[in-house]
Amino acid sequence: MKSRLTRFAASVALGSALVVGAGSMPASAQEQGGELRLVVGSDIPSYDGHIESTFGMIHPIRPFYSLLIRVNPDNPSSPTDFVCDLCVGEVPKPTNDGKTYTFKIRKGVTFQDGQELTSADIKATFDKLAFPPDGIASNRKAYFAMIDSVEAPDPETVVFNLKFPSGTFIPSIAMPFNFIYSKNDLDERGYTWHQTNVNGTGPFHFVEHVQGSHVTGKKNPNYYHEGKPYLDGYTSLIAPKMSVRLQAIRGGQADIEFRGFPPKARDDLKEALGDQIEVQESDWNCVLIVTPNHEAKPFDDPRVRQALSLSIDRHQGSEYLSKIAIVKTVGGIGFPGHPISSSPEYLEKNIIGYSKDIEASREKAKALLKEAGHENLKFTLHNRGVDQPYKVVGTWLIDQWRRIGLDVEQWVQPSTPFYATLRTQKNFEVSLDFNCQAVVNPIADISKFLPSSGANYSYFEDAELESIYAELLATGDEGKQRELFAQFEKRVLNDLASQFITLWWYKINPYRSYVKGWKIAPSHYLNQSLENIWIDSAERKKQLGG
Amino acid sequence: MTTPDISIESDRLPQRKSVLQHIGSLARKQPLGFAGGLVVLAMVFMAVFAPWLAPFDPEQANFADMLVPPGSTSEMGEGFFLLGTDQFGRDLFSRIIYGARTALLVGFTAAIIGSCAGLALGVASAYFGGYFDLILQRIIDVFMAFPLIIMALAIVAIFGTGTEKVIMAITIPFIPRCARVVRSSALAVREMPYVDAARSIGYSSARIIFRHIAPNVVAPFLIMLTAFLGEAILLEASLSYLGLGVQEPTPAWGLMLQGGAEEYAESAIWVPIFPGLAITIAVFGFNLFGDAVRDALDPRLRSQ
Repeated sequence: MKSRLTRFAASVALGSALVVGAGSMPASAQEQGGELRLVVGSDIPSYDGHIESTFGMIHPIRPFYSLLIRVNPDNPSSPTDFVCDLCVGEVPKPTNDGKTYTFKIRKGVTFQDGQELTSADIKATFDKLAFPPDGIASNRKAYFAMIDSVEAPDPETVVFNLKFPSGTFIPSIAMPFNFIYSKNDLDERGYTWHQTNVNGTGPFHFVEHVQGSHVTGKKNPNYYHEGKPYLDGYTSLIAPKMSVRLQAIRGGQADIEFRGFPPKARDDLKEALGDQIEVQESDWNCVLIVTPNHEAKPFDDPRVRQALSLSIDRHQGSEYLSKIAIVKTVGGIGFPGHPISSSPEYLEKNIIGYSKDIEASREKAKALLKEAGHENLKFTLHNRGVDQPYKVVGTWLIDQWRRIGLDVEQWVQPSTPFYATLRTQKNFEVSLDFNCQAVVNPIADISKFLPSSGANYSYFEDAELESIYAELLATGDEGKQRELFAQFEKRVLNDLASQFITLWWYKINPYRSYVKGWKIAPSHYLNQSLENIWIDSAERKKQLGG
Repeated sequence: MTTPDISIESDRLPQRKSVLQHIGSLARKQPLGFAGGLVVLAMVFMAVFAPWLAPFDPEQANFADMLVPPGSTSEMGEGFFLLGTDQFGRDLFSRIIYGARTALLVGFTAAIIGSCAGLALGVASAYFGGYFDLILQRIIDVFMAFPLIIMALAIVAIFGTGTEKVIMAITIPFIPRCARVVRSSALAVREMPYVDAARSIGYSSARIIFRHIAPNVVAPFLIMLTAFLGEAILLEASLSYLGLGVQEPTPAWGLMLQGGAEEYAESAIWVPIFPGLAITIAVFGFNLFGDAVRDALDPRLRSQ
C-alpha cells in the first residue's frame, strides 16, 4: 500500500506539473518584499476556522494562523507528505501499538499580541476541536473521533492518546482549518471570541477587514520559518462575481485567485495576456452529489434512485462539461486516482451509472421506473445559486433525466436558504450537495455518505452501511481497508443508491506570471499560508508599469 | 318640370374604410405606435406558434454543437443554427422564440392581474372614501416608497424563485401604482350625477363600482396596463439575469443573457447578444405601443 501511495503521490505531483514554471526557481532567486493582491469570491462568514468550511474564510484568514502539522507546502499535491509547522523535526510515528503520538513544540513562537506559544495552546485548541463544550460548534469534531485525550506534560510536548489506531489521524490533524489558538484567549475571552477577532502565530499579522471590501495582512517579523514569508503583506479583495474577479486579474487590479476559474475564463485570460498568465491545474478533492430525499415519495424507492443514476452519461459529461465548467473526472466516492479509490475500469463494470453503454443503462433505468410505477415522473431538482459548477451541473442533470422521459424543473436558492432547506425544512425532492474536503483522506472523506454523519441530507437509516464504516475506520490492514472501502461504495451507489456522484471537480488557477512560489493542491483549502509566495518585481513592473 | 337632383356631395355617407386602410391610416398617424404594435404582434405570434417556428427543442442539450457561431450547420447534420448555440449546444433561435412565451406569460399575467387588482382597489378607495380611503392610501404609500425592482427582489427573496413566484413578485408592486392613478380619476367620476342617481335607487356598492365608475376610468387603466407590459418583461428579464427569476432549462431571455454575458461575452458574443437584443426590442415595442394607446385615449392629444 505504501508503494501504491508513493506512486499516487508521484503521479499527482506530475499531474500538477501542468504548472508552468511555478515554484521551480532556485531558493536564491526568491525575492523579498512586495504585496500580493488576491481576489476571493466570497465574503467572510467569521474568522473562526474551527466552525467554518469555506474558502471565503480560509483564503484571507489562514495566513494569520499556524497549524500543528500541515501538508508540505513544497509538495501540496501529495496526500501523504505532511510536515511539522508548530512542531519540530519529523511528523512523529505512533507508539503504543499506534495509539500514542508525541509532538515536540517549537520554542520562541509568539502570537500577534505577544503571548508566547506553548504546548498548552495546542492542547486547548485540540480539546476545543475534539471535545467542544455544549453549545460550542466544531465542524470537524467527527474527524477526531479516534482521540481519547490530549496531554501537555511540559511546555514543549503534546501527547495525543487515541482510542484505536487510525490511519486518518495524521491527515485530520493536518487539516487547514485547525488554527492554533491561544489557551489564554480561549480561557479569558471565550470560545466564540475568534469568530470576530484574530490572534495567531502565522506568517502574517492581521491589519484590517473592511466588510465586503478587503482584508489586509502584513509580514510577521517574528515568523519561525526562517526567511519567510517573502511578501511584505497581502490584500485579499472580496469580489463575489466571477466576471469581476476575472477582470481584476486581467486589468492588473489583482494578481491571483485561489479557488479556480472555468476553462473558458482560463482561455480568455491566456488569449488576452499570453505569457503574462501562468496556469496551474489539478484534480480537485471536491464533488457534487445528487441527494434524493428518502423521506419524499417516490424517492424512498431504491429503484427510482437507481434509475436516476443510471440515466446519467458521466463519460460524455466529462468530455463536454470539462469545456465549460470546473468539473472533469469520472470517479466513485473516493478521490479519483487515490490507491484506495475504485479504478475507472472497476467502476464501469461494477457500479451502476458508470457503463459506457449509455443506451443500455437508460433502457434499464426506464424499466426500473416502469416497475416502480413512475414512468413519467415529474420532480424538482433543488440547487444552490452558484454558477460554477452547481447550476451548470444541475442543467446538465436535467437534460440527462429528460432523456428517459422525466420532467424535471430546477429550484435554485442562494446559499443560506439552500442549506436551510437541506438541514431544517427538508422540503425538497432531489438536491445537489457537495463533498469538498481539504486533505485527501478518502476514509474520512466518505463519512459524508453515512446516515449518521450529520451532513448527509438524504435522511435515511442503514445499519449495514454504518457497520461497514465502523470496521473500515478501525482496521489498520490496508488490503482489508480497500475491500471494506469497495463494499461501502457498492452499498452507497448500487444497493441503496442513497446518493450518487456526478463528476469530480477540476481546479484551474490562472494567475499573473510575476507571482512565484505557489503550488496548486488538490483542494482550494490547502497551501494557503502564502509564506512561499514571492513577487518577481521586475516582471510585475514590466506587466503593470510603475 | 323636372325634379332637381337633390343629391349633394357633402350629404353622402362617408365610405367605410377597409381594415387595410385603417392600418395604413394608423401607420401614418402613429408610425412609432404602429411599429410597437407590430413588435407586440410578432411576439404574440412567436409565443403562440413556437412549436412550429422553432427548429429545435429549446431545452435539449446537444453537446456536439456547443458554442457554434450563427449561421452554422449542426455537427450531426441535424439542422441549421441561425443564431448559433449556447454552452449546452442548445439552438439560440429556438430558445429566443420560446423565450417570447415566458416573457409574454409573465408580462401579460403580471400586468393584467396587477392592473385589474389596482383598478378595483383604486375605484373602491375613491368610492368609499373616509377611513377606508385614508388607510388604503397610506398602505399604498408604503408600497410605493420602494422602487419596483427592490420590491420584486424582496418578494422573490421571501417566496423563492420560479415562474409563478416571479409573476407574483412583479404583480404585487404593480397593484398600488395602478390603484393610485385610477383613484385620482375615480374621485372625479364619483361626483357625477349618475353615480348619485344609482346610489339613490338603491344599487349596491359593488354594482356602482363595477358598472358605473370602473368603465369610466378605463382610459387611465388601459394606459397603466400597456405601460406595465413592457415593465413586466424588463423586470422578468432583470430577475432572471440576477438568478432570481425563472430557472434553467426554461428558455427565458434574461436567463439566457445571464448565462452568456459573464463567461462568453468575449469568446462567443452571440450567446449574450441575441437575448439582449430580444429584450431591447420587446421592451421598446411595448413602450411605443403603450405611448400610442395613451395618445389615442387622451382626448387632448387625440384632438391634436
